Amino acid sequence: MEIPYTVKARPDTGLWNAKVGIWLFLASEVMLFGGLFSAYIFLRLGSWHWPHGILNIPIGLFNTFVLITSSVTMVFAWASLKMRNLHKFECFLGITILCGFIFLGVKSYEYYEKFHHYGLIFKNEAVANRYRAEVEAAGGQIKPSIIEGQFEVTGHIEEMDEETMKFIPDSIHSSEPMVQIISVLQAVTGKKTEHGEAVVFQQDDVYRWGPFVPHYSSYFAIYFTLTGLHALHVIGGMIVMAYFWIPGRKLYHTDPEHFTNRVEVVGLFWHFVDLVWIFLFPVLYLL
Amino acid sequence: MPDGVMSPDLYNSFGAMHGTIMVFLGVVPLGFAAFGNYVVPLQVGAPDMAFPRINMASYHSFLWGGLVMLISFFVPGGAAKSGWTSYSPLASIADTAYHPFWNGQTMWLLGMVLLITSSLLGSVNFIATIIQLRAKGMSWMRMPFFVWAQLVTAFLLLLAFPPLEAAGVMQLMDRVAGTSFFLPSGLVVNGQHFSALSGGGSPLLWQHLFWFLGHPEVYVILLPALGMVCEILATNARKPIWGYPSLVFSVIAIGFLSFIVWAHHMYMTGMGTKVSAFFQTTTVMISVPSVIILSCLLISLWGGSIRFTVPMLFALGFLPMFGIGGLTGIPLAFSALGSYLHDSYYVIGHFHYVVAPGVVFGLFAGVYHWYPKITGRFMNEFWGKVHFWATLVCMNGVFFPMFLQGMAGMHRRWYDGGAAYELSKPLLHWNEFMSISAWIMGLAQIPFIINFFTSFRIGKKASDNPWESTTLEWQTPTPPPHGNFAIEPVVYRGPYEYSVPGESKDFSPQNEPVKE
Amino acid sequence: MAGDDAVAIKSHLKFYVGIFAALLVLTVITVVVSYIHLGTAGNITLALVIATLKASLVAAFFMHLSSEKTTIYRLMISALFFFLVLVFLSIFAFLDPIRN
Repeated sequence: MEIPYTVKARPDTGLWNAKVGIWLFLASEVMLFGGLFSAYIFLRLGSWHWPHGILNIPIGLFNTFVLITSSVTMVFAWASLKMRNLHKFECFLGITILCGFIFLGVKSYEYYEKFHHYGLIFKNEAVANRYRAEVEAAGGQIKPSIIEGQFEVTGHIEEMDEETMKFIPDSIHSSEPMVQIISVLQAVTGKKTEHGEAVVFQQDDVYRWGPFVPHYSSYFAIYFTLTGLHALHVIGGMIVMAYFWIPGRKLYHTDPEHFTNRVEVVGLFWHFVDLVWIFLFPVLYLL
Repeated sequence: MPDGVMSPDLYNSFGAMHGTIMVFLGVVPLGFAAFGNYVVPLQVGAPDMAFPRINMASYHSFLWGGLVMLISFFVPGGAAKSGWTSYSPLASIADTAYHPFWNGQTMWLLGMVLLITSSLLGSVNFIATIIQLRAKGMSWMRMPFFVWAQLVTAFLLLLAFPPLEAAGVMQLMDRVAGTSFFLPSGLVVNGQHFSALSGGGSPLLWQHLFWFLGHPEVYVILLPALGMVCEILATNARKPIWGYPSLVFSVIAIGFLSFIVWAHHMYMTGMGTKVSAFFQTTTVMISVPSVIILSCLLISLWGGSIRFTVPMLFALGFLPMFGIGGLTGIPLAFSALGSYLHDSYYVIGHFHYVVAPGVVFGLFAGVYHWYPKITGRFMNEFWGKVHFWATLVCMNGVFFPMFLQGMAGMHRRWYDGGAAYELSKPLLHWNEFMSISAWIMGLAQIPFIINFFTSFRIGKKASDNPWESTTLEWQTPTPPPHGNFAIEPVVYRGPYEYSVPGESKDFSPQNEPVKE
Repeated sequence: MAGDDAVAIKSHLKFYVGIFAALLVLTVITVVVSYIHLGTAGNITLALVIATLKASLVAAFFMHLSSEKTTIYRLMISALFFFLVLVFLSIFAFLDPIRN
């Protein structure tokens, strides 16, 4: 006896095996990201002030467009196979993979930006108030941080020695969309971003400082964990698609229906990855 | 081990790894994966599991997970020490002094991620097999109860495990990337301030995510054994299972309810009255389907012509032992009593009555029952009975005194017992009794091991259907050929048609057409 | 929506483009409304409503859930249900701590 219903649907359930398999897998993925989302909610509920406007919204919006586009080209790739048009399928799947690369490239740029962006938390409120006028004069602002009673300033480090830190605070306008678009364009064209005036902080007044890595705050911890896990899913999906793009397609010539089913399965996974991003984007960038 | 005395770290390692190994590397792979893989396709009349390659991937993931866990004993500082529950914040900061990466707790998390992946792939495979590959005529209500139990178990693994995987990833981030998912601000441990951390995390989050798996996990352990016991009772009582539909609906109800009871492990975390009332209610509710199942199995024996074979003895031993385990759990459902009994030996006794004489008896029963199908020979009956009686007596010797000690307030998990041992001095002498029982129980497994490894050569030969059973796995040659069945099976009957009136023999296999 | 024969699929292609456009528009809307201050709760609710709407479009049409079999429905509904159980019961526990 051979394993039945690998290609044809079972009459009473109307499904072939792999489709049941991938949906089961997606059900468990719902719970995996669900666990992380509930972590996000816990961290946010336990925070004093949740950071807002730290991420670059236009660039996140662009990436959302890229992922949605890849989803629709994935549907077209599958539909081309259904219509038995291998050439079109190759085109559309190629675009989908390309979109995956663009998404990951943009994401890497965002990560890079964050790794070179700094935050600085003051010893206590009194110290923070001492610097407030100076920071505001430089065009920045001192904001309450995630932990109750802590105040922070974000920006870039110009120079530092044992006792002092020369720090350029982020402009108060840095979370406005136009400013964010300009900063991306400047990065793309290689022009140096214009920085404001520097403020000198005494190391003794600083409780903690560092780049925006997961270690910096629970916001960045959940940001990097969620997007990192999502990026791993993107990479996984791309590997499978690349397999069907070149080596896997020889199955098309012997059993086109089976091949179409396989592509449908990877498509379902890819749409799910897109679906997760649809939630990640507002949750991490906008709220 | 200076002077033969265990160091506190080693003691903690043994505690943590005992739980981890027994649950994730012992009972779940045996009951769910091993028996399930062999018996489920046969019982539903399928040629194989739906995705053989995913099955292989699941096995390899399990193998590597297990190896990582075992290797972790040999890294600097030894294996994980934070209990099988790995509560943060202690687990988030444990062991990093030995090595930033190659240390017990980090290895534990890596191993868990691999094991979770393994059971995820396994459960996808089981559910797909049961939904898609049932033989012609094998409708839902004709499936043997073991298959139902496996189906519900697979769903529990599928949906409850991923949140723990998420939690494992976050704890790994805490340990490797220095995040504070589970570390609150201003953390001080042993006088050491963790001021370099960002803080702002929630230790309770770990507990929620852990127990969201942790409680369904208990049923993951239990249900396959329960399924096996049901098969064996029906076969050896020569009677249909009493109330088969209520068994099925009860097992589904257990599966559903097990997702909404988890916080009864967390009464001591400062939970408000509303939440605690909710979880107390659901916890008491889940005992109802469990009692229905046990009652149905017990009533099935009534008026049967019982064959006291070795698997039947283990199955019969399961009933009262699981009964004790289950009933001692009911007091723990109430937060007032739970607060007193929490972290005492009572909890250990309750849990081990469910898994040791309960689940392990089910597994032993399954081994003796399906051994003739796998090898074509019976295991030795006499040594099997020796094994059963010695194990039954010693098992109670090990675990029953724990109830007495626990009710007197003896605390678990403490290396030297501290003040709690001073207070429970009158009951400490039971430890010696429990140790002796445990040693004898260990010795009693020797006949089983020898029996197991010699019977496939020298055991009494068995026919294709030696127990005269009705389910499909007995209607195929022994051992089953490639593709499981020589001819495609067609199912005409329910799973337990024993002693059907008017039939010439006392069992009617599922693939035997009903006479007009 | 996805019928199994080639002709039916051909007629769906335009429809998929429509869904694509709808997703892009909704994405822009969600960004725009995030700049309007409706209070934290208001902004979160609105953003999640739009995200859920977009996710439903993807699931229903790109993943063909709208024409899928009942087995898949039952499965995904139970996954969604237990996801909500996990989130809401743990928040419930978070918001109801013991009081002195």
